[in-house]
Amino acid sequence: MTMKASTRQVDGVTVVDFSGRITLGEGSVVLRDTIRDLITKGNKKILLNLGDVTYIDSSGIGELVSAYTTVRNGGGELKLLNLTKKVHDLLQITKLYTVFDIKDDEATAIQAFAK
Amino acid sequence: MSPPLGKPALRREKSGIARIHIQQMTGDRFSYTLDSTLDSVNKAEQAAEQIAAKAGFDEEECLRIAMAVREAAVNAVLHGNAYDPKKKVNVTYESTGDKLVIRIADQGNGLDPDSVPDPLAPENLLKTSGRGIFLIRSFMDEVKFRDLEPGTEITLVKNVGAPLGQPEEDSK
Repeated sequence: MTMKASTRQVDGVTVVDFSGRITLGEGSVVLRDTIRDLITKGNKKILLNLGDVTYIDSSGIGELVSAYTTVRNGGGELKLLNLTKKVHDLLQITKLYTVFDIKDDEATAIQAFAK
Repeated sequence: MSPPLGKPALRREKSGIARIHIQQMTGDRFSYTLDSTLDSVNKAEQAAEQIAAKAGFDEEECLRIAMAVREAAVNAVLHGNAYDPKKKVNVTYESTGDKLVIRIADQGNGLDPDSVPDPLAPENLLKTSGRGIFLIRSFMDEVKFRDLEPGTEITLVKNVGAPLGQPEEDSK
């Protein structure tokens, strides 16, 4: 399944709805380009909705980490929303569950961004 | 006892995986050769999931085995063979009834798995690479590395019916 990303604005937060696989190759590139584009346009509050992400490999995990550090280093905030069990388990065994700010509810996630 | 790796699984695999060339199929053991491409990584992952299901693993275990094979195939194609079209990746599956043994061999410059930093160490948590071998060890019951001339062979073992186990130490 091809990786897709679409963005929308909710109360000053850029929500990116991803679907498909974030794996070495196209999926990772879509994530990288999306984040780069958002930062270039000055977006600093970014919420990645991974509810429809069916699979992530180690390359995809690395790309999520890269997105997190890139946004943070630019003075922004990045949070994750709606992890599937597979993605949740992967972030747990790689100890990244404690690194990312992960939310289960979009309204709560939006509220959690600094005003 | 798991069912043997019979022809139905192989037919499905052959129909869905265009570029896999079956080199050998003897009972519960067969192997194929892949080009050093990203496409091969996807094909290896798909084949592993089908073969694991045929070997008697449940859906969750099949996904874990497929992911381990994917990560091993990425290492072979990307880090081992460095996408060199002249170099190939050989994959062998063997089902012994109580376990599935998968061997993935590249023709690269060799790999020292001990040189890969611990991705769980606090100073490495935010690194963007270096988690592949860790994930392989997390998902399989036994992982071994062997030097080839040239290249590296990784052996992945999953016991049928075993809980998600503690990975054993690899031996070089």
